[in-house]
Amino acid sequence: MRLSLEARARPARIMLWASPLLAAAASVIGVSILFAVLGRPPLTALYVLFIAPLESLDGLAELALKATPLLLCAIGIAVGCRAEVWNIGAEGQFTLGAICGGGVALAFGGNDSWWLLPLMLLAGVAGGMAWAAIPALLKTRFNAHEILTTLMLTYVSIQLLGYLVHGPWKDPQGYSFPQTKQFESDAMLPMLIEGTRLHIGVLFALAAVPLGSILLGRTMTGFRIRTVGAAPAAARYAGFSRSGVVWFCLLLSGGMAGLAGICEVAGPDGQLTPVISPGYGFAAIIVAFLGRLNPIGILFSSALMALLYLGGEGLQVTMQLPIAVTGTVQGMLLFFLLAADVLINFRVRVRPSRAAAGAARHA
Amino acid sequence: MDAQTSTPRLALRGITKRYAATLANSDISLSIGPGEIHALLGENGAGKSTLVKIIYGVVRPDSGEIAWEGKPVEIADPNAARRLGIGMVFQHFSLFESLTVAENIALGLGATETIAELTVRISDIARRYGLAVEPTQHVHHLSVGERQRVEIVRCLLQSPRLLIMDEPTSVLTPQEAEGLFDVLRRLSSEGCSVLYISHKLEEIKALCEHATVLRGGRVVGECDPRRSSEQQMAEMMIGGALPVAHRTAPLHEGKPCLQVQRLTLAADEPFGTNLRDVSLTLRDGEILGIAGVAGNGQKELLAVLSGERLSHDAAAVLLCGTHAGKLGPTTRRRLGLSFIPEERLGRGAVAEFPLTENALLTVYGQGFVRAGLIRFGAVQQYARDIIKRFVVKASGIDAVGSSLSGGNMQKFIVGREIGTNPRVLLAAHPTWGVDIGAAIAIRQALMDLAAAGSGVLVVSEDLAELFEISDYIAVLSGGRLSAPKRTHETTVEEVGLLMGGRMEAGTSPIVAHAA
Repeated sequence: MRLSLEARARPARIMLWASPLLAAAASVIGVSILFAVLGRPPLTALYVLFIAPLESLDGLAELALKATPLLLCAIGIAVGCRAEVWNIGAEGQFTLGAICGGGVALAFGGNDSWWLLPLMLLAGVAGGMAWAAIPALLKTRFNAHEILTTLMLTYVSIQLLGYLVHGPWKDPQGYSFPQTKQFESDAMLPMLIEGTRLHIGVLFALAAVPLGSILLGRTMTGFRIRTVGAAPAAARYAGFSRSGVVWFCLLLSGGMAGLAGICEVAGPDGQLTPVISPGYGFAAIIVAFLGRLNPIGILFSSALMALLYLGGEGLQVTMQLPIAVTGTVQGMLLFFLLAADVLINFRVRVRPSRAAAGAARHA
Repeated sequence: MDAQTSTPRLALRGITKRYAATLANSDISLSIGPGEIHALLGENGAGKSTLVKIIYGVVRPDSGEIAWEGKPVEIADPNAARRLGIGMVFQHFSLFESLTVAENIALGLGATETIAELTVRISDIARRYGLAVEPTQHVHHLSVGERQRVEIVRCLLQSPRLLIMDEPTSVLTPQEAEGLFDVLRRLSSEGCSVLYISHKLEEIKALCEHATVLRGGRVVGECDPRRSSEQQMAEMMIGGALPVAHRTAPLHEGKPCLQVQRLTLAADEPFGTNLRDVSLTLRDGEILGIAGVAGNGQKELLAVLSGERLSHDAAAVLLCGTHAGKLGPTTRRRLGLSFIPEERLGRGAVAEFPLTENALLTVYGQGFVRAGLIRFGAVQQYARDIIKRFVVKASGIDAVGSSLSGGNMQKFIVGREIGTNPRVLLAAHPTWGVDIGAAIAIRQALMDLAAAGSGVLVVSEDLAELFEISDYIAVLSGGRLSAPKRTHETTVEEVGLLMGGRMEAGTSPIVAHAA
């Protein structure tokens, strides 16, 4: 007897969604073993990781707060990935959004102008778009690969932020700390739930879910994007402009990351500091793939990723586990997901040991 | 017969091979005698490739026995097959463009001899069988026919006792095919058996002494092709009476709907073909066939006509009275152009898209999009209409492109392109690799469209097809287009010579066919 993988005649729709659940279950088992090896009671640790953060209103608000930038960045990334435009520099576009929106807040804050917040948001979006326009230009003009250019520009943006908060934008009353002065209250996003830190930015993120779904599934633009990604020759044959799609995807994902950036600094933070993100832009790449590059899937995967951030903090505080455990759990989840994905296109067959399967075995 | 008395070279008994959902080969038995030229006949999906792959050791059968010269054998891989003395020439060649003929062959043999020694051996074999192969030439200079000869020489160097040829003439001119038959007959007379796979019945009649017919993975008949009619063999292949296509010729000459004037264009990719001084005129209600072996500028010409490649001069392409040389595919479609491309999955259709979205791929400009939103209801109806009108075998409009067989996908693409009632239709190899029934349906659709007043330009390697449906035939060879001739005023031989690159003296490529 031996196991063999046999190609399915058509991909299994059920497994498309069952495989993330299977992966989550396998991760829970894997994590439990890890906790046991580290000498912590697994059930208690699992409770701290997955349940405790959800037990209070405050915890739920924090969850939504952390999911907001992940969701915005990941939907933008996912739209690009459907066209095989790999924007992995959302972190940089996020930073530029924070800088541009934050600049507006510092320049015009304190006058109680009704246009201040809209202008900040627009500046944030524009900043992210401008940062993503550079790779778009390089790709469509010189065929420079966006994976390299978007990633490299991320480090440029972090240096730019560092220069601003150490130099021209440093708060003169800030005891020489590298940070800007606190935004005026009219330059802060309104809170959604009193007593928590949850601001209205989460509404933008939630709106992005149906809008993203409609874009990809119902509009001609989305169809062009998917065709360019799935079959470039078919796109050329159909008359879809590849450059147009590259520009659209990078500007869209850049703009959404920029919006996430300004919402982050105008929400909980209220000032610019050298580190404004715990890697949201990068984590959003995992979120996008966990969510199957589908906005509705990403809604769930961003919540899961936010939960891992919160639970990971809980583990550090209550169980004295290192922060690396959070990363390990994230990695395990992705690993099991990729493994379970095989089941979408293949079925497992138990067959007699005589080697008979030839062509059906290769992946 | 000889094959009855002596031990068969190869005997298969009860070969069965099952893939996920389909039975590719079911209880197949056949035997090939020494020196016998044996035809394997069948439509696409009949199980020919699977059977051949089993013989060549690429695929292992689920059950059944293989006997080589009377002894049972297990052929584990192609190396084992070659050690037994089985050689195979595939439909698609595996040659490196940038290496010489001798270097390519050395790679395939993994031999210990030097290139110089090998060069001598290649020349010897080539001379013995009258195969024109020059060992020191670089492969990218070679025509497809020459490349095939390289592959044959590669097999012959190993002194095979069974040579498998998979659709060998699909890439050859009629004259080259005749040359190939001489080589095969010569091999046969020396005792080498040949398993010849083809769906071209006239060739099989001319060449083979025994035929095994497959349908749906089973042997449905055997015959002596020399004594059976093509009609009988075709009906055995499709398992029913052969439908007949009808053509009503245009009554009077229409207005030009597509014109190309003295177009010269350098290839845009390595090893492509430059178009040289190409002119043509296509009129309403007319089918213009462009014959030629692939790789002589067909791809380049079609790209220029469809708008996938723009020309430098807007006036180089005149489409329905508009200078279209600089217009992209979307604009040309709006002017009334449709295009059936050569490749189906990946170009004409997207493998992972459902048929609904594959229907949308080229007709989006025909009122299927409102305010940027796709009108899915209308597209679904369009897809359903195509499936119904062209009898596309699919599980429904949600079936993804890759789940359809090649022929059914092609019928769907043809239906999609014809369904918009184009004034001009470009069709590249419309029936290549499509089974007989589907091919007849596709040809009929092209003829019906022309009868309704549209101009149809068909690029094909299948001369029988072009002679059946075209009003005019021109030949594309080395990037030059010959002057179109009325189909009934030319012959296969004449077209064959032009395909071989011999432009007739006095033929002016500038002038399109006379009015």
